[in-house]
Amino acid sequence: MNGRSSREGMSVIVKTVTRWVEGFILLYGIYIVLYGHLTPGGGFAGGVIIACAFILLTLAEGQRVASKTLNPAVAAELDSVGALIFLGVAVAGLVVAQVFFKNIIATPEAAQFHLFSAGVILPCNIGIGIKVGVSLFLVFAMLSALHVTVRQDGKRDLVRRGKDES
Amino acid sequence: MIPLFVAIPLGMAFIIPMVSRKLTRAPDVLGNATMVCLTALALASIGRTGIYHMGGWETPIGIDLRLDGLSVLLLIAVNVVGLAATLFSVDYMRLYTSKFRYYSLFLFMVAGMNGVVLTGDMFNLFVFMEIASISSYALVAFGCEHEELEAAFKYTVLGSVASTFVLLAIAFMYGMTGTLNMAHVATKIASEGMSTPLMFALSLFLCGFGLKAALVPFHAWLPDAHPAAPAPISAMLSGVLIKAIGVYVLARLLFNVFGITDNLLQLLRWAGVLSMVVGGLLAIGQWDIKRLFAYSSISQVGYIVLGLGLGTPLGLVGGLYHLVNHSIFKSLLFLNAGAVEYATGERDMRKLGGLNKVMPLTGGTSLVGSMAIAGIPPFNGFWSKLIIVLACVQSGHYALAVTAVVMSLVTLSFQLKVQRYVFFGSVRAGLDRLQQIPGLMAAPMLILAVLCVGMAFLIITGMDTPLLIAPAADALAGGFFTL
Amino acid sequence: MIYSLCFVLIAIGLYGVVVKKNIVKIVISLAIMEYGVNLFLILLGYRFKGEPPIMDQAADASLFVANAVDPLPQALVLTSIVISLGVLALMVALCIRLYERYGTFDITEMRRLKG
Repeated sequence: MNGRSSREGMSVIVKTVTRWVEGFILLYGIYIVLYGHLTPGGGFAGGVIIACAFILLTLAEGQRVASKTLNPAVAAELDSVGALIFLGVAVAGLVVAQVFFKNIIATPEAAQFHLFSAGVILPCNIGIGIKVGVSLFLVFAMLSALHVTVRQDGKRDLVRRGKDES
Repeated sequence: MIPLFVAIPLGMAFIIPMVSRKLTRAPDVLGNATMVCLTALALASIGRTGIYHMGGWETPIGIDLRLDGLSVLLLIAVNVVGLAATLFSVDYMRLYTSKFRYYSLFLFMVAGMNGVVLTGDMFNLFVFMEIASISSYALVAFGCEHEELEAAFKYTVLGSVASTFVLLAIAFMYGMTGTLNMAHVATKIASEGMSTPLMFALSLFLCGFGLKAALVPFHAWLPDAHPAAPAPISAMLSGVLIKAIGVYVLARLLFNVFGITDNLLQLLRWAGVLSMVVGGLLAIGQWDIKRLFAYSSISQVGYIVLGLGLGTPLGLVGGLYHLVNHSIFKSLLFLNAGAVEYATGERDMRKLGGLNKVMPLTGGTSLVGSMAIAGIPPFNGFWSKLIIVLACVQSGHYALAVTAVVMSLVTLSFQLKVQRYVFFGSVRAGLDRLQQIPGLMAAPMLILAVLCVGMAFLIITGMDTPLLIAPAADALAGGFFTL
Repeated sequence: MIYSLCFVLIAIGLYGVVVKKNIVKIVISLAIMEYGVNLFLILLGYRFKGEPPIMDQAADASLFVANAVDPLPQALVLTSIVISLGVLALMVALCIRLYERYGTFDITEMRRLKG
């Protein structure tokens, strides 16, 4: 279809536009993750947007560039890290206050409706955001590259959600 | 202490893939260590009860975990069988690749089952059920061959339909009662009675969890899915998964949340008898060992449901006792089948024979398992079947008692078929020089075989009942949940 | 009634799961079925002319409780969407693998397991 570029990926127009919007999409995703307790959104929604940024990169620039930006091996590690952050918050409640998932970060009255106002929800959201963003990207990468074992990933973020419920 | 049952396996499931890239033995060590911890925790929780408020939130706002006799019973079954399966996996899973994925998925499954058994919240139950089922879908497909994929696809489709039914039922429940907490729902139903939408929700629950428990109209997936999985996973699926996310939830909902009625009991009895008969009769014609055991699982789950469906205290005790026993001897039999497959590479009974001389330990333990499942004294299966039959007679269901005894004979016949074709007789050519099975595979089989006898002793001496079975039966017979 | 539309959706999905021969179509039907259930859950908590359940500084608490949409079903739906995402990813992976092995998406040609 496009004879212009000898490299993989789509045409120059797509690549240029991707380069422009890429950063904003990522930033928007991070914003959604961080402000999840104040505005609509949260770890999952923000994580999906972060994953979309990487998926857009893969589509526009091809697998090689994308895997240079976010190496699948690193992504798999981050995947576990995100989940462990979430679990760590829950266990921290158990250690500090003897109650699983206890909110151990007190919120001063004056801080209401500001960024650091929701106790452990913020670290939870960050954990979820990392987890979802990375694992959705991994699902995409693995489904598009057939030879990699796929079975793992869909299930993982589900487990994270399971904890998220509480 | 209660949330550790979910937190430990979940955390380990994430840690294992992280560390195993550098340390090759790590998955084995960590997986087994986790299961040892969980088993110890489960044993430590005998006799305890309590409600745990997650995050310190009070009941209607937060999620509750409820520990009572029935939960303890299931926790012990899940974690002991899980420990046996992980011990067995250390060597057995050499036949497959990417062990760390296997352990990771395995621990997800255990976490899901522990969560289902402990939770006191309907939606939380759904989430844990999905964790357990999705990891089991993936584990069934673990071999990635024709049969495994086909079985996994069938299992996944049917399992997802069942989950959708359950979710729809939860939606109805929430719409009608305005709460998801089981105790709240139960109080509401106890005070206001059932309405038509709640009846609809109940029937959806029956279909959904009946499918997960492989009761007979919904059993089609089980004989494909269970044999296709690796042997320790078959042991987990047949031994505990269908009970934890099927029978347990059904019993919990019917007895403690919706309140049991005569019609429901009758329905349970019919489902039980049908599963018992159909599963047993279909098992006779099988030549694949694992497939035969899978059909026999359907039949044995029928016994459990029949016992519960009698609704009398004796019936409940019998059903729950059989639940524990079945999880022990069915996992033992699947591990035996796995050992046979490991040594010979063959599952077709017609191509096996005389293995008693080559693999005496596997042969001996499988004889124990077979006799226990067929209900031969002095093994545990005999006593639980005896209690169920007695309970049938006591409540006046003579036809059911006769059916149970006859199906026990049918079970004996096909278990003897396994013994005759696989373990007894002359050694087949080519099978006389097999490699010995490693000690770590032999140990769990030995432990489970000892448990088969041990459970029987416990019930004869009367030590077992007050510890395990009676509190569980009381939890069911206690009726509606209270706060 | 608007609820009945959800059941139409669920019924379409169930029909697809039972009748279709192509495994990809079965997966799509399952997804349709799950969306039907999710839609039903959302509708359960919906209140006509309600507010979105997000508090800000200006909101009056009692008025907010009286007017806001029930947020719990929305949380439930979010969770169940994630779960169905997991199932969907798994099933698509299974479909790809099945296609590798059998060279077809037709379920009637995958008949190794019988009895």
